Amino acid sequence: MRHLIIGFALAGALLAPCASPSAWAQHETAQDLLDGERAYRDRCANCHGPNGDLIPGINFSAGQFRRPMTDADLSRIIRQGIPNTPMPPSNVTEAQAGQIVAYLRSLAAGKAATAVKGDIARGKLVFDGKGNCTSCHSVGGVGGRRGPDLSNVGQARRAPELERALLDPKADVQPNHRYYRVVLQDGTTVTGLLLGYDTFNVRLLDSKEQLRSFVKSELKSHGFVDTPMPSYKNTLTPQELADVVSYLSSLRTQSQTPPQR
Amino acid sequence: MKVKLVIVVLLAAASLQAQVTYDRILAGVDKEPQNWLSYSGTPKNQRYSPLTQITPANVKNLQQAWIWQARSLEKYQATPIVVDGVLYTVEAPNNVVALDAATGRPFWQFNYTPAPEARACCGRVNRGVAILGNTLYLGTLDAHLIALDAKTGQQLWKSQVAVAKSGYSITHNPTVVKDKVLVGTGGGDGPIRGYIAAFDAKTGVEVWRFYTIPGPGEPGNETWAGESWKTGGVGVWNAGAYDPETNLVFFGTGNPAPDWDGSTRRGDNLYSDSVVALDADTGKLKWHYQFTPHDELDYDSTQVPVLADIQWQGKPRKVMLWANRNGVMYVLDRVTGEFLKGKPYVKANWLDGFDAKGRPNRVKFPSKEGTPIYPHVHGGTNWAPPSFSPRTGLFYVATWENSGTLAVEGQFPRAIPGPNTRQTTMGATNLVPFYNDPDTGEAYGVVRAYDPQTLDQKWEFKLGDITWGGTFVTASDLVFSGGRDGYFLALDAKTGALLWKANVGGQINAAAMSYMVNGKQYIAINAGSALFAYALP
Repeated sequence: MRHLIIGFALAGALLAPCASPSAWAQHETAQDLLDGERAYRDRCANCHGPNGDLIPGINFSAGQFRRPMTDADLSRIIRQGIPNTPMPPSNVTEAQAGQIVAYLRSLAAGKAATAVKGDIARGKLVFDGKGNCTSCHSVGGVGGRRGPDLSNVGQARRAPELERALLDPKADVQPNHRYYRVVLQDGTTVTGLLLGYDTFNVRLLDSKEQLRSFVKSELKSHGFVDTPMPSYKNTLTPQELADVVSYLSSLRTQSQTPPQR
Repeated sequence: MKVKLVIVVLLAAASLQAQVTYDRILAGVDKEPQNWLSYSGTPKNQRYSPLTQITPANVKNLQQAWIWQARSLEKYQATPIVVDGVLYTVEAPNNVVALDAATGRPFWQFNYTPAPEARACCGRVNRGVAILGNTLYLGTLDAHLIALDAKTGQQLWKSQVAVAKSGYSITHNPTVVKDKVLVGTGGGDGPIRGYIAAFDAKTGVEVWRFYTIPGPGEPGNETWAGESWKTGGVGVWNAGAYDPETNLVFFGTGNPAPDWDGSTRRGDNLYSDSVVALDADTGKLKWHYQFTPHDELDYDSTQVPVLADIQWQGKPRKVMLWANRNGVMYVLDRVTGEFLKGKPYVKANWLDGFDAKGRPNRVKFPSKEGTPIYPHVHGGTNWAPPSFSPRTGLFYVATWENSGTLAVEGQFPRAIPGPNTRQTTMGATNLVPFYNDPDTGEAYGVVRAYDPQTLDQKWEFKLGDITWGGTFVTASDLVFSGGRDGYFLALDAKTGALLWKANVGGQINAAAMSYMVNGKQYIAINAGSALFAYALP
């Protein structure tokens, strides 16, 4: 078997250099995936984002590309770039390209595998009811504004990430979702979602969903605070948790488009 | 009384960001002088602010409070709206930003890239957003209407208004009337059939549509030869006005297409170059007045309709004031559409008078060799908003004087030879020197005040270049304006005397407005790619 692979690889190298990483990517190990993830974060995440969803039309977490891609296609693009676009060529070896491809494939596969455990409809009931999620989060324009809009969270986040956010919400707060507290000279405290921060001013969406702006020099104190998002570790059952994750994974509509006449 | 007013303003500011009900929009600056809830302050479009902290006596002390720089090199035409300390503006073509109105610092930004097929004749511009409740409304260059959450900038819905691929676009601020959002379709220099459509403000579903060109069987279709009605243009690309007493909404309409060759569309070409008065609930036409029948000089009538209650021949009358691109100023009865008066306000030679019903008697026509026609294709004024002060009773207009053109049969008009050639540049590069000399009678920009009862000019302030700046007037009798040469000016509303100026380093392509936050009055103006706010120290 080993001889056969080497034989294939040699034949590939002689006949069609692009074929070998494709074959290689089908035999990756856990260590290969880790190496692929590391290489991705070093070389790719700067433009594509940690979840691979920063470039419009491309979302590695959802297995979405602008056109269907074979492993060989991906490997070639990683190594050669795409002419006349910001995607540059790189000096990674074929083996490294294969590891990155394997990692990209695992991103999409991992998501699909986890999302099937729960029940979407039951998850929505928990989301709207017991979980009280809509007090802070909105879906399709319905719900609160103090937490991230989740209308498209299934596209943006993988199921394991969603699960972690529910169990340990403080672990990974995106920079644009941080909370901030200001204390006015009279002792009044205002806490809210941080919208803007500069040398002299700070801007929040406060707990009453008002857009507020403060002059820092006029404040008694100010600083970051933990996210108000609670952990659902002890308030939801494992099944409810899986249901909510399934529901969130199903949210992939960016906005409501009314019927046209 | 003064103390009382201040308390009222402070209380209003303290009731942070309550829902913007339609009653609030309707009263606008009359009840909430600290806010600017629609394009012109109220649906009457007077662009008049009751704020009086900045006066003719202290305006010389105005200083820059902040600048917000847009990341766009397009002409910046949007008038901001201000709601309880939050300012909303549009970075061309279609990015919306919410700023702290006291510091100019952003709360959020919504980015929208119009579809590649979006094609606007005259720049990828936008004139601003509208608000109702907690929702902002944006018309896009690719002819969609987008609803945004005013607190977060999240898109709530997006409705197609027209098909961008067919040449339609939207560049103006939507007009909110009760529970509907009204928007017109631009693109009328090409073979479209323009319309105004009303959308349900909550759902984005289209409720009614009014075609600016009547279809077969409808009155007015006979004013288009043959099949020319199908592609006759007549876009709508500027703000509408609303009169709650008659429930009428008013829009100016654009030129017929093709612009220069009228031979293929014989007839008056209704309702091109007109004002149409529509029932706000149904979109049914109640009356119209056509300013320029069978236009062959691109005299769009897409000016901002200004509604005013004035004394007319000794009696109070509900009128509409209109300084038209065709060089003529009009007073119309806004209840009936009756033509009350028309008079050239700049050099205009294409007509020599009106019949009893107000139809102009046209005396100049395009010829093979070229006929000198005044005003120029860009008009005596264009889209930039005028203003009206109920205090002074004067109508303030930023105009182009002595601008003319050689109208050639079926062709784009040529510049009149000589130094006036430069006036033809619509989108001149920022602050390029302008060579015309107003003192020798060459074309120039000028800010003027008119008495609506006589349409006589009361004063003027000449500019060193042409202007797309519009005007804005306050209750302390200050008129703010500016021009392509990049100066922002404060003039005495009674005399036109220059009281203050600022070099804003870029052409002014919008009219100013005012608001108050934390007891401080601000004047905002766009110039170049930036929004400037001025206040007293």
